[in-house]
Amino acid sequence: MMKFIHRFASPREFFRISGRLLPWLASLTLLLMLIGLYLGLLVAPPDYQQGESYRIMFIHVPSAWMSLFVYTVMAGAAAIGMIWRIKLAHVVAMNSAPIGASFTFLALVTGSLWGKPMWGAWWVWDARLTSELILLFLYLGVMALYAAFEDRRTAQRAAGLLAIVGVVNVPIIHYSVMWWNTLHQGPTVSKLDAPSIHLSMLVPLLVMTVAFTLFYVVVLLMRTRWEIIDQERRSNWVEEFLEQT
Amino acid sequence: MEAIQTNAIDAFTTIFRRDLKLAMRRRSELVNPLAFFVIVVSLFPLGLSADSNMLLRVAPAVLWISALLATMLSLESIFRSDYEDGSLEQLVLSHHPLPVIVFGKIAAHWCTTGLLLTLISPALGISLAMPTENLGILLWTLLLGTPTLSLIGSIGVALTVGLRRGGILLALLILPLYIPILIFGASAVDMAMHKLEVAGQLYLLAALLALSLTLAPFAASAALRVTLE
Repeated sequence: MMKFIHRFASPREFFRISGRLLPWLASLTLLLMLIGLYLGLLVAPPDYQQGESYRIMFIHVPSAWMSLFVYTVMAGAAAIGMIWRIKLAHVVAMNSAPIGASFTFLALVTGSLWGKPMWGAWWVWDARLTSELILLFLYLGVMALYAAFEDRRTAQRAAGLLAIVGVVNVPIIHYSVMWWNTLHQGPTVSKLDAPSIHLSMLVPLLVMTVAFTLFYVVVLLMRTRWEIIDQERRSNWVEEFLEQT
Repeated sequence: MEAIQTNAIDAFTTIFRRDLKLAMRRRSELVNPLAFFVIVVSLFPLGLSADSNMLLRVAPAVLWISALLATMLSLESIFRSDYEDGSLEQLVLSHHPLPVIVFGKIAAHWCTTGLLLTLISPALGISLAMPTENLGILLWTLLLGTPTLSLIGSIGVALTVGLRRGGILLALLILPLYIPILIFGASAVDMAMHKLEVAGQLYLLAALLALSLTLAPFAASAALRVTLE
């Protein structure tokens, strides 16, 4: 098992395998996103209370989930990189940060657009909005620290450490802010036994979530491949690869 | 060799006393965070109004945010001068566990900033028209909260100490992590002023202190090893 991981984690193998997977994953992402948007925007019925404007949910909710998911992946990858000294894990962690920050930003913007007709304000200092904003600050901190070092290895490890410190703090921040003030509607999907959301809305939401996750994987693979080429530009296999193309 | 073979507690006290002595030799640096604290607090009445009802409402937040910023600006002194004269590298290379040394430095930092901020805070509370019976709770929250600020801050300084201009970056890294302490600290004072029970907030502040006491020295040491290599 460890042997397989080490083989896959070698930049060269990763580059080869990810290059084969990428077209498939990208097409699947596109397909699922189209299906999800079709079901969400055209098939799902309007909400009895919120009318048509709730449809922004199909972007808003997956991006909010992704913002947390990507942060966890980033911290996990950073920890793996620190503990087992796997170069690739650091690259994955640092390339997750801008993607995660974009999802967080998207969740904030769509939430703000949704909030205006529903709550009558672009922004309220509600617990979940605030913790999402703080999550964006945490992402920006990791990115800023990564950009501040000249040496890439030091930058990866320092910013990775900050991501790990952040992941310990995320639940504390979340609950402290929750306790501070809340106005946001309660969770409707995570109650697994009986979600308080109709199936015709739940299906497109889940399809969109899978599509967003795949989108993250695709972008992450692309960014990681680019960085591998940059890092290993003096090794033979990269020169061979570049000559072929 | 016997003289060198000291144990971890000796290492802690040696570092702690060394840093205290260094701080006492640089009196002006000792006073700067306090002066900053006083100036920032006194800016609020000038910016808002001198109306004592208004000041009373914002007093907990003003005092807490000012204390937080004063602590943040003083954080660099934990590692900066030792980094510049090379003694930090020697400390990292010593055979004592690095978290113990780091903890000694953090403790000395808190004694020379957080503790002093806490001690002068009642005077500032009075200047913001806080009733004297609530000054006790202000002292308690700052006493429980400012050590956590120093502990979490040490991680940020350890990460940025190798950078030439770490100041603004440090704020970006540390302020989001300070939010829970601000929430519990300021709300405890606010609720005490409304004659409400505040034991919950004090316990949470104490819990955050216990958590950061156990984890922050290790995280800061790991950060030092990354940035000093």
